[in-house]
Amino acid sequence: MQRYSGFGLLKHSLSYHENWQRAWRNPKPKKKYDVIIVGGGGHGLATAYYLAKEHGITNVAVIEKGHLGGGNTARNTTIVRSNYLWDEAAHLYEHAMKLWEGLSQDLNYNVMFSQRGVLNLGHTLQDMRDIQRRVNANRLNGIDGEVLDTKGVQEIVPNMDCSANRRYPVLGASWQPRAGVARHDAVAWGFARGADSYGVDLIQQCEVVDMIIEDGAIVGVKTNRHGDIMADRVGCVTAGNSGVMAKMAGFELPLESHPLQALVSEPIKPCLDTVVMSNHVHGYVSQSDKGDLVIGAGIDGYNGYGQRGSYPTIEHTLQAIVELFPQFSRVRMNRQWGGIVDTCPDACPIISDTPVENLFFNCGWGTGGFKATPGSGNVFAATLAKGEAHPLAKPFSMFRFHNGALIDEHGAAGVAH
Amino acid sequence: MFYIYCPHCREHREEEEFHAKGQAHIARPADPDNCTDEEWGNYVFFRKNPRGLHHELWYHSTGCRKFFNVTRDTVSYEIKEVYKIGEQPQVVAKG
Repeated sequence: MQRYSGFGLLKHSLSYHENWQRAWRNPKPKKKYDVIIVGGGGHGLATAYYLAKEHGITNVAVIEKGHLGGGNTARNTTIVRSNYLWDEAAHLYEHAMKLWEGLSQDLNYNVMFSQRGVLNLGHTLQDMRDIQRRVNANRLNGIDGEVLDTKGVQEIVPNMDCSANRRYPVLGASWQPRAGVARHDAVAWGFARGADSYGVDLIQQCEVVDMIIEDGAIVGVKTNRHGDIMADRVGCVTAGNSGVMAKMAGFELPLESHPLQALVSEPIKPCLDTVVMSNHVHGYVSQSDKGDLVIGAGIDGYNGYGQRGSYPTIEHTLQAIVELFPQFSRVRMNRQWGGIVDTCPDACPIISDTPVENLFFNCGWGTGGFKATPGSGNVFAATLAKGEAHPLAKPFSMFRFHNGALIDEHGAAGVAH
Repeated sequence: MFYIYCPHCREHREEEEFHAKGQAHIARPADPDNCTDEEWGNYVFFRKNPRGLHHELWYHSTGCRKFFNVTRDTVSYEIKEVYKIGEQPQVVAKG
């Protein structure tokens, strides 16, 4: 693999940037692999990368029905933070946060991780109590966090309306300085290039249509374009389609797929150098390097696979944003889209073995999967390599819905992600 | 934007008057005290998540505040039928 560097940029400029090596190959699949990963989004590609890098398992294929990173990886609002309430979730997301901090160097790919801080606003007394509880829990877990009052918030975001006479006055916020945003596509591409450089085969435009299960153990998958591909172990990282995949394997997951929308405005001059989230008025906003405001909010209440959402949800989201930033009321929105998120009853992911031997699932990230991408891939790679759950993944077993050991992050973590 | 027919009000109303309440026709186990953990977990947490026809419960929250069922396609979002609680759907998925 050609390393990217400033010197390389200079060298390639002499040949008009026409001779760059392709970032990854487009190989024909082999008949058999040690591990097949179904789903070539951020989490799947990260899994492949860490399998090769940390566990020396390079005979790996990633099978993707569309193009790499074309699903929710391309559709999120790029926020990265780790200020979760419960220990299990906090440890998992903080593991991801630590990987984020060295990711660009590790991948030799600029993922534009910018630790510009995240504010989770409080608008009521109960909000502020919850924020204090969460920040204290974070600090006990070694995660940075501060409780700010109105003045503290106003100093960080001078152009937000923090006046006391608003319908939902800003009483304060939790502030995680190490949190921030990253370039979502670059994360997928960086992991893809990294995995490919170790010899992982990335098979695109190839859909897994069934699983080959013998004596209660998975031995391979059926695909629509390359026939049967065999494997010792299979990891499913298929987000919104996980329920469909589980059905192929003959069991059910407690997931419901919902549309989650986001939208970006026309590019405007720099005006917001942090991420503002509010659970109470329910919206979040940041400004990308290009200048557009990146805005998101909650899921649509009904189940859907349509990769689009409803207009009332957009209206509610923008009402929330304009409540906080009245000067944004005349900014025009450029694009709006929806992704399909697989939500769990306890709003925590499933990283788990399954009733089928050698088949593992990594799903249920719901509305907050992007921030966990490197951590999710890292612990899922360890799980696939060893055949048993990584210690950080253990609490996220799919069997928790039967034994009752739920991790109730609903409403506890900042905003609905 | 859905335009939903409420079988109680007998009128079409806009989506914002309603709340989706998830899967319809969930039967509580007849003998909860003697359920296995698996049966109880399935009842509480496991929901059908079909790609296609879905029977779901809706609530006319800012209208008549009554519940009713809807059969809807989760890909095209088309509402196939609306029927009252206690009735069975006419449009059902094949297979």
